[in-house]
Amino acid sequence: MTVLSNGNTESYVKIPKIKFTKLFINGEFVDSVSGKTFETIDPRTEEVIARIAEGGKEDVDLAVKAAREAFDHGPWPRLPGCERRRIMLKFADLIDDNLEELAALDTIDAGKLYSLGKIIDIPASAETIRYYAGAADKIHGSTLKMSRDMQAYTLHEPVGVVGHITPWNFPSQMFSMKVGPALAAGCTMVVKPAEQTPLSALYYAHLAKLAGIPDGVLNVITGYGSKAGAAISSHMDIDKVSFTGSTEVGRLVMQAAAASNLKPVSLELGGKSPFIVFDDVDVDKVADLALQGSFYNKGEICVAGSRVFVQEGIYDKFLIKLAEKVKTWVIGDPFNPNVRHGPQVDKQQYDKILSYIEHGKKGGATLLSGGKPCEEKGYYIEPTIFTDVTDDMTIAKEEIFGPVMSVLKFKTVEEVIKRANATKYGLAAGIMTNDLNTANTVSRSIRAGVIWINCYFAFDKDLPYGGYKMSGFERDMGLEGLNKYMQVKSVATPIYNSPWL
Amino acid sequence: MAARRISSLLSRSIPLLPRRGQKSYLGRGIYQYSTAAAFEDPIKPPVDVEYNKLLINGQFVDAASGKTFPTLDPRTGEVITHVAEGDAEDINRAVASARKAFDEGPWPKMTAYERTKIMLRFADLVEKHNDEIAALETWDNGKLYEQSAEIEVPMFVRLFRYYAGWADKIHGLTIPADGPYHVQTLHEPIGVAGQIIPWNFPLLMFAWKVGPALACGNTVVLKTAEQTPLSALLVAKLFHEAGLPPGVLNVVSGFGPTAGAALCSHMDVDKLAFTGSTDTGKVVLELSAKSNLKPVTLELGGKSPFIVCEDADVDKAVELAHFALFFNQGQCCCAGSRTFVHEKVYDEFLEKAKARALKRSVGDPFRAGIEQGPQIDAEQFQKILKYIRSGTESGATLETGGDRLGTKGYYVQPTVFSDVKDDMLIAKDEIFGPVQTILKYKELDEVIRRANMTRYGLAAGVFTQNLDTANTLTRALKVGTVWINSFDTFDATIPFGGYKMSGQGREKGEYSLKNYLQVKAVVTALKNPAWL
Repeated sequence: MTVLSNGNTESYVKIPKIKFTKLFINGEFVDSVSGKTFETIDPRTEEVIARIAEGGKEDVDLAVKAAREAFDHGPWPRLPGCERRRIMLKFADLIDDNLEELAALDTIDAGKLYSLGKIIDIPASAETIRYYAGAADKIHGSTLKMSRDMQAYTLHEPVGVVGHITPWNFPSQMFSMKVGPALAAGCTMVVKPAEQTPLSALYYAHLAKLAGIPDGVLNVITGYGSKAGAAISSHMDIDKVSFTGSTEVGRLVMQAAAASNLKPVSLELGGKSPFIVFDDVDVDKVADLALQGSFYNKGEICVAGSRVFVQEGIYDKFLIKLAEKVKTWVIGDPFNPNVRHGPQVDKQQYDKILSYIEHGKKGGATLLSGGKPCEEKGYYIEPTIFTDVTDDMTIAKEEIFGPVMSVLKFKTVEEVIKRANATKYGLAAGIMTNDLNTANTVSRSIRAGVIWINCYFAFDKDLPYGGYKMSGFERDMGLEGLNKYMQVKSVATPIYNSPWL
Repeated sequence: MAARRISSLLSRSIPLLPRRGQKSYLGRGIYQYSTAAAFEDPIKPPVDVEYNKLLINGQFVDAASGKTFPTLDPRTGEVITHVAEGDAEDINRAVASARKAFDEGPWPKMTAYERTKIMLRFADLVEKHNDEIAALETWDNGKLYEQSAEIEVPMFVRLFRYYAGWADKIHGLTIPADGPYHVQTLHEPIGVAGQIIPWNFPLLMFAWKVGPALACGNTVVLKTAEQTPLSALLVAKLFHEAGLPPGVLNVVSGFGPTAGAALCSHMDVDKLAFTGSTDTGKVVLELSAKSNLKPVTLELGGKSPFIVCEDADVDKAVELAHFALFFNQGQCCCAGSRTFVHEKVYDEFLEKAKARALKRSVGDPFRAGIEQGPQIDAEQFQKILKYIRSGTESGATLETGGDRLGTKGYYVQPTVFSDVKDDMLIAKDEIFGPVQTILKYKELDEVIRRANMTRYGLAAGVFTQNLDTANTLTRALKVGTVWINSFDTFDATIPFGGYKMSGQGREKGEYSLKNYLQVKAVVTALKNPAWL
């Protein structure tokens, strides 16, 4: 792999001036009640980008009050779906219009590749809003078949005030996949972006206002999970919490919901997804896919294919390919269009990943590639591949959330199904084979929410995803992602002299 | 076209009534319908006709025969422009181009989201050209400009945005099997769709047909009505500006027996959708049966009951019944053309319905505040007058109206008949004009029986505050749409279509997608499935 020098960003792109650093409550940018702020750090340089208002419980209260008012008395849930659609389409167009600036914000805040931000993250964010805009007038209940003289039907009603707590790895896409369906459903909401990446969420709030989303419908509280996040999870006036993040924090969110008003929770949590390579594949192609599966977004992705199971017939050949190909990964400033791999998001993650790499080395795995930080300023870590990994090693069990791939060898279909399922997680799986029966058998056998056959990270607006087991419950994206922001109300009434039942 | 909007538009327009036309004051705020407005020189429409050729494979072309036909201004009967007259050969060319765009792409091969985006861009463009399109629609059709500009073109835009939103949400099912099989359904576009639309709502019918067909990935040959070819050509041009690939949407102007018949009998057309009269619908179905058995969606005539129950708020019922019949000059397939009124409120209703009809202002549809324009053409005009004579001859009481208005154009007086009996022609046939027929009834069972005693089954209006009555009528009426305390609520989401000889299939809403999709079941044997 190549390491490019860091910190000469200005030659690639002009970093935008940070315009929004305050909380967004009831359509206005405001300071936090306490007046406190926190630093958001550029992971390329470890320097402060800006000071951001630090929302606490009092701020969450104000935001919920605004959202409550907007839901209980405001126009948003009372607009016909086609009107919500119109405003959301405008919101999507504004995201497209501000693509470069939004991409730059996610790059300085999260160390994400600017080149991909422009063609993937931000366009996908607009597309997701547009997709759900199109769903706003397609929320159908059913009329029902009663077994006596009754007419009955279901109404799908917006659930109310939603709290969204989003992570730092895909600030834009997480924002749109939570906010889009909730807006379409007619909910109002309080969004708490991760403290590592508050910048784009505030910018989206600004665009939402420009698009005509009424005040109070969308509020953004920047701050820490233990304060603002906890206040949302335990708020008595929030009707639903949607959280994406670690399994550990997901548990806290659910506990807080249970201890407060029993609000329904949807959780999209960690993973340790298997990427299973059978003997019959084109090794060259699949090696590329495996590297993507582990190292995309510096490995900071919950669905990372971080356990690469390779069938014994091609195991050696596959390792040679991996070693060869990983050399072409260029690490460096994420604004540099030639770079494929930027810095990890922050010091804490950086240290955690390095400690896992040490675990791998000490635990007896073979280091094929990488294995150390880059000698640069910022949180850069080399793409790291361990081979001869066994199921009981820490690096094969825990979510590392960094550029660390574990390669494991297997013999039979039955064996790999068993080993792939031997995890507390169940988010995703990759199956690489052209054998139809193998593909079908393994698809149905793996206990995970998304199966990618001969592809990986094939996300789509219309494709629901979420976890089995401790990877969470309920789904984001697709129409499943809309349903979770709905209550179902059944209405029944007697009828008389009906010519049919 | 939602009733709420229409009502508010009409009530808003009342203070703007042209005072010149109002001759006599009849007391209690009732004015006789305007007559003078119809005689005035017609207002020059604020639009030029730019497109009058066939649109085939993205190009405007002359008819193969070189022939043209005149399209007339219903206000005067004068020629607006001459339009290329498509015939079998032009249909062949259009189908070949649609076939190619379907079989070779790009339309069905591009991603659904790309189709979504093109349709959204189209909707934006139409919105930008709202007034120009509305003016053309009014000029060619005679419908109120306010109705075109404030209701129909915006509704057209909403319909396309609605269908744009469907394109990327067309879902099949995965299906359980009785054994070790994996089963899924693929919802595939059906192919080349032939679509034949009527003249009463040229743009809305365009949207009802073209919207779902294109959202599902089909390609289209659209034949417009010979009375109203103009607005479709303009919007189709804008669609291509929005990025629609050539061949995906072809528009052929022309006549039913030639171009229409050629489309129905075409062996390379995979699907047909027709809106128009029941008589023509039969021909369409026959031609399809005789050629390649293409599936057909039909949206045909109606003689819809509007039932005013004894507990109804009479003033509201009168206004809505009036609207249900007279809207769009009575040229609606779902017009509430049999007004059944409970005997307890019959006299009051009749008096007020008559007064309301007298108050209706008729005149140049480009004039603000006018409620009724001319009928579409001489043929319809004569047919309506013939039915009015038949009503009088068969013994119904002519309460008001009954004749043409003015000497030029196709204006008909708002006409009300009372004492109408079920066996009279005016109670049985679809008149498709501003003729309200009021019938008296006593019992709920009776009105159900009488309301259903028709070969049609398109829609019904029910006016009551009683929940049980509403539920009973709803289930008992053999019609495709029941409007309760409302009428003509036509959102993009609400399916529309007929029972009995009012047609088959449903348009709009999610149901409309079915018309344009094939369902392919895919069954794969499974080895060692973890669950079934």
